[in-house]
Amino acid sequence: MAKQRTEVADIDRSLYDFRYDEEGFERLDAGLTPEIVTEISQRKDEPQWMLDFRLKSLEIYNRMPNPTWGPSIAGLDMDHIVTYVKPNTDQKADWDSVPDDIKNTFERLGIPEAERSYLAGVGAQYDSELVYHNMQDTASKMGIVYSGIEEALHEPKWEAIIREKFMTLIPPTDHKFAALHGAVWSGGSFVYVPKGVKLDFPLQSYFRLNAAGAGQFEHTLIIVEDDADLHFIEGCSAPKYNVANLHAGAVELFVGKRAHLRYSTIENWSKNMYNLNTKRARCDEEGEIEWISGSFGSHVGYLYPMSVLAGRKSKSSFTGITFAGAGQNLDTGCKVVLGAPETTATVETKGISKGGGIQTFRSSIVATPAAEGSAATVSCQSLMLDDESRSDTIPSMDIRAKNVDIGHEATIGRIGDDKIFYLMSRGISEEEARTMIVNGFANPVSKELPLEYAVEMNNLIKLEMEGAIG
Amino acid sequence: MSTDALLSVANLTASVDEKTILHNVNLNVRAGETHVLMGPNGAGKSTMGHVIMGDPVYTVNEGTITFDGADITELSCDKRSRAGLFLSFQAPVEIPGVPLSSFLRATIAGRPGLEMKGKEFRRRVKELAAQLDMDTAYLNRELGVGFSGGEKKKVEMLQLLLLQPKLAILDETDSGLDVDALSVVSRGMDAYRASCDGSLVIITHNTRILEHLTVDRVHVMVGGRIVREDDASLIPWIDEHGFESFEREAAGTADER
Repeated sequence: MAKQRTEVADIDRSLYDFRYDEEGFERLDAGLTPEIVTEISQRKDEPQWMLDFRLKSLEIYNRMPNPTWGPSIAGLDMDHIVTYVKPNTDQKADWDSVPDDIKNTFERLGIPEAERSYLAGVGAQYDSELVYHNMQDTASKMGIVYSGIEEALHEPKWEAIIREKFMTLIPPTDHKFAALHGAVWSGGSFVYVPKGVKLDFPLQSYFRLNAAGAGQFEHTLIIVEDDADLHFIEGCSAPKYNVANLHAGAVELFVGKRAHLRYSTIENWSKNMYNLNTKRARCDEEGEIEWISGSFGSHVGYLYPMSVLAGRKSKSSFTGITFAGAGQNLDTGCKVVLGAPETTATVETKGISKGGGIQTFRSSIVATPAAEGSAATVSCQSLMLDDESRSDTIPSMDIRAKNVDIGHEATIGRIGDDKIFYLMSRGISEEEARTMIVNGFANPVSKELPLEYAVEMNNLIKLEMEGAIG
Repeated sequence: MSTDALLSVANLTASVDEKTILHNVNLNVRAGETHVLMGPNGAGKSTMGHVIMGDPVYTVNEGTITFDGADITELSCDKRSRAGLFLSFQAPVEIPGVPLSSFLRATIAGRPGLEMKGKEFRRRVKELAAQLDMDTAYLNRELGVGFSGGEKKKVEMLQLLLLQPKLAILDETDSGLDVDALSVVSRGMDAYRASCDGSLVIITHNTRILEHLTVDRVHVMVGGRIVREDDASLIPWIDEHGFESFEREAAGTADER
């Protein structure tokens, strides 16, 4: 308890100062109020409709129950949720308070000094901002808009588009944390790729976040118009450390006719984090969404990117890996709605559990009556690295159309002693042998990543595997 | 017992799941010698190879294994490999997602005299692949995945030539191979002997692979015991008569007890 009080005492009071009276203080302790949400909106100088949206979301949030079907979120301190939603966040963290294991990981991953402070949540903006601006310049010459979503909201042209799309794929009624997001969202990216424009290098939100200093309730809105092509990379493999331990972002992706969007993520939140993130894509005719997803961090994770295949012959592919180590309960997977004729979806996931970690793969395939001639395959392979860890597979299929072809396969296994012996008989140490096997297992995902991310992911696995023996 | 042996297995008894497989086995191999370990199926020949290499599946209940002057009975198998021991597997494993070339690179990493720079390594491996009639495209494929039996054995021979161990145990490297693959394996063994004058312990139950080799010593194993030792002249005899007489003898010995 004493620790929680300290946390509350440490927060920046500037937000509440204007109502620093007894009544206001009571309400803060009780949780989120319309006043706080209004204050967030006013500080951002938002249009009225957005404030209305936030307030409506808050109502829904207060009404909805916590999810009970997944990993426990009992450790999430919802009473002090206001601690997390403070605008112009000044987390009051300093380098000394960043846990040693995170500092070590920065060191071992070779993250530059300046970026470490940012990732640890104690720094502001660095030279990577330059990279971000270069990227933004090149993109804008092609007519692509790549900016902070809050900035875009102040441009009348983009405001109209944002108003049309914002939280339509993920309505606040979807679940409690979607509602929370709707009420308190802050920061994030807005990308608009005009018709027929194909960008041949990936846009990276890592730099975007760096420049904006955003992170926990960020909203990403990407619109790829007809015949356009984009690869967007979210996050990086270094652990992001925040004093507050809730991440409830939202990602909404709109893929036009014959357009293509690849959305890659390596998530590695620090291991105190409750990652309750929601990501959705909608594809029009012959549009294609590709998800590449790596989940390594967090204490508890709920993450199921979803594709809504709304146009004929649209496609979704999902390639994901989840690594749950000691103290982690990661519930991840993918959802697909086959909502038009001749759509196709593939889901290929790898799960690894170690040191008592729990890794659950959850998938849902829904074929609506319109999905005639569609096909989906789901494949999940899990690897348990010791006897105390756990891997589960929970597939769900709801088929309401004729002539659809749905396949599912799942395997759960361990590293065979015969494989370890073989590698060791060639002079490779046991730890190295296990790391090699796990990296090989993860290879279908890492080979889909840009080289520098693939290297980081392999390094990350190596770090996770260290000391796994014994 | 010869004191100048490179490998000396003395009074070795080993078991798996509390079932004794090897009974008081002795084997001495000097540097540069070629030995053959023969016997019917299930005699314990492969177990012998695995126990010498240090397979943790097996428990050594009694006896010692000495290699190159050091007692290695308790040594982990990666250290035995680095000491210069090699075991070619009867059924090499598959490691999905790990390219053969990366694996090979890891096997020589940190070995004095064997570790090579990238370019040199690639040249050396290509050279060896050519020597073994192996398509270099295999180097980029996942270790063992989708390889035929013959291809897997070639990969074993490639490692033998790359690692140049002081002593190599070849466990049924000839089994299930067609004539062409067999000749590649023979060539591999010759190349190994020629390149580093290493010792060989060849585990087999047929004599075909031995035709081109100068064999120093033949050991016959039945029921987990070495029941006969002799020079190379034993090979044509076994070729003609098989293992039946040894098996009868062994059964007789067991009955007497």
